[in-house]
Amino acid sequence: MSVSQTQFITAVLDPLIGAPDGLIDPNGNPAGKRFDVYRNNVVASLSDALEVAFPVVQKLVGDVFFRAMAGVYLRRHPPTTPLLMFYGEYFADFLAGFEPVAQLQYLPDVARLEYAQRISYHAADAKPIDPAILQKITPDALMASHFTIAPAVQLIRSDWPIAAIWYENMDETAPKSQNRAEDVLITRPEFDPQIISLPAGSAAFVHSLMTGAPLSEALKQGTIANASFNFSEILGVLLTGAAIIDIT
Amino acid sequence: MPPSPDMTRLPNRPGVGYKPQHFAGIMENAGQVEWLEIHAENYTGDGGRPLAQLRALAEIFPFSVHGVGLSIGGEAPLDPDHLARLKHLCDWLKPASFSEHLAWSTHDTHFMNDLLPLPYTDETLARVSDHVAQVQDTLGRKMLLENPSSYLAFAESTYQEPDFLAKVVARTGCGLLLDVNNVFISANNQKTSPQDYIDAFAHEYVGEIHLGGHHADEDDQGNLLLIDSHGHPVVDPVWALYEYTLEKSGPKPSLIEWDDNIPDWPELESEAGRAAQILDGQTT
Repeated sequence: MSVSQTQFITAVLDPLIGAPDGLIDPNGNPAGKRFDVYRNNVVASLSDALEVAFPVVQKLVGDVFFRAMAGVYLRRHPPTTPLLMFYGEYFADFLAGFEPVAQLQYLPDVARLEYAQRISYHAADAKPIDPAILQKITPDALMASHFTIAPAVQLIRSDWPIAAIWYENMDETAPKSQNRAEDVLITRPEFDPQIISLPAGSAAFVHSLMTGAPLSEALKQGTIANASFNFSEILGVLLTGAAIIDIT
Repeated sequence: MPPSPDMTRLPNRPGVGYKPQHFAGIMENAGQVEWLEIHAENYTGDGGRPLAQLRALAEIFPFSVHGVGLSIGGEAPLDPDHLARLKHLCDWLKPASFSEHLAWSTHDTHFMNDLLPLPYTDETLARVSDHVAQVQDTLGRKMLLENPSSYLAFAESTYQEPDFLAKVVARTGCGLLLDVNNVFISANNQKTSPQDYIDAFAHEYVGEIHLGGHHADEDDQGNLLLIDSHGHPVVDPVWALYEYTLEKSGPKPSLIEWDDNIPDWPELESEAGRAAQILDGQTT
């Protein structure tokens, strides 16, 4: 009898279903544990991919729990492309709806931060502007200009101190996180994404630039978001992070 | 190694599967390693360190691009988006070789990240041949098709694996990638002779050999079940089978695959050195 790939995959993902008939050992016996090799390969390799992508989430929930949770996720959201480096696209949303971790309300945003790092790591290269160019533009022209932000830059706004949680779990000597909202900018000066906790109002400013507003409008949005918004501070962050690639 | 190798072909010398953590080690002293292989899927991003490393290495070494996600044996049509990614990578990197597996991994848009087995029937032969031809047409180059490791058999199969592969070659003009570790694993698991498999193989079409590690388990009857893992050194019986193979085929580009529990560069290089010794014995 023939075994369809639908039958094969259904049994791979559901341990309660036995190996399909028609799969045999050399003596013609049912495949049994031999089929489990494929089952284990699929589940282990996809779980490994999630562990590599979300090390801080793993640390926050523990290895054993993470592995079990990965098993649920990979059955609900199998990869839809062979690009395993981008696997886990829906992990943050999954965590937000996964009842066993409901009390860890910051967890989905930590996952968002980890996934954004992955996106940043593989984003296109782009040459940053020479900061000296800023001196050569008249103040009026600068206000009317648009800043093009590098493809590797990612902005994540959270009600939780996600950058502090991330640092705390990657480096034991980092200060303990305080219970406050945090906006995070990821920049990639060369190859390694940098996680930066943004000062007040800066996220609104950067978001405004990233969505195509001229500098004057972005400054307005920053000040509306927070009266203590400081343009020179965030400009320094952007220049250090090679985040501005053109001014037009 | 010679100062400027021919980048358009893999030399009949040792290569290794490239891992980013070995970049500095390779640049400092590649030792016996004369070419590199990458898994295509890991180099389909838009930029950053992976592509920068690849550009630097491609100045020095011939490259093999080895796909692990095209699902050539899949019942569904090949994923055109993925085929386009592979074409983009081959167009800019201009590797000496492109290879994929006699296996399937995608079903109903879901990618399972494992090389799943196929029944060797006329129906599979027609489908695999069509897909191989489509890959070759799209990439504008010949591809190599690799023999899988198998843990079970399909009652419906009507071909032996070497015959099946030779038939795909005859229909498509593709070449073959002979994974000697997979031959050893499958022969143990199917209770057949690995030497018989090598004897039956169409060596004149082999463009590359793979060597790698495996680990041991048991099936329900307590029989030894070998599992491909690429997480260990190549075992002595696989080295012996490699020598046996080269006696039939003559020297071939020979790759050490080590994808899990990845060792430091010197240890991986010394595995390549062992392949170099065996190749030296062949050519002198």
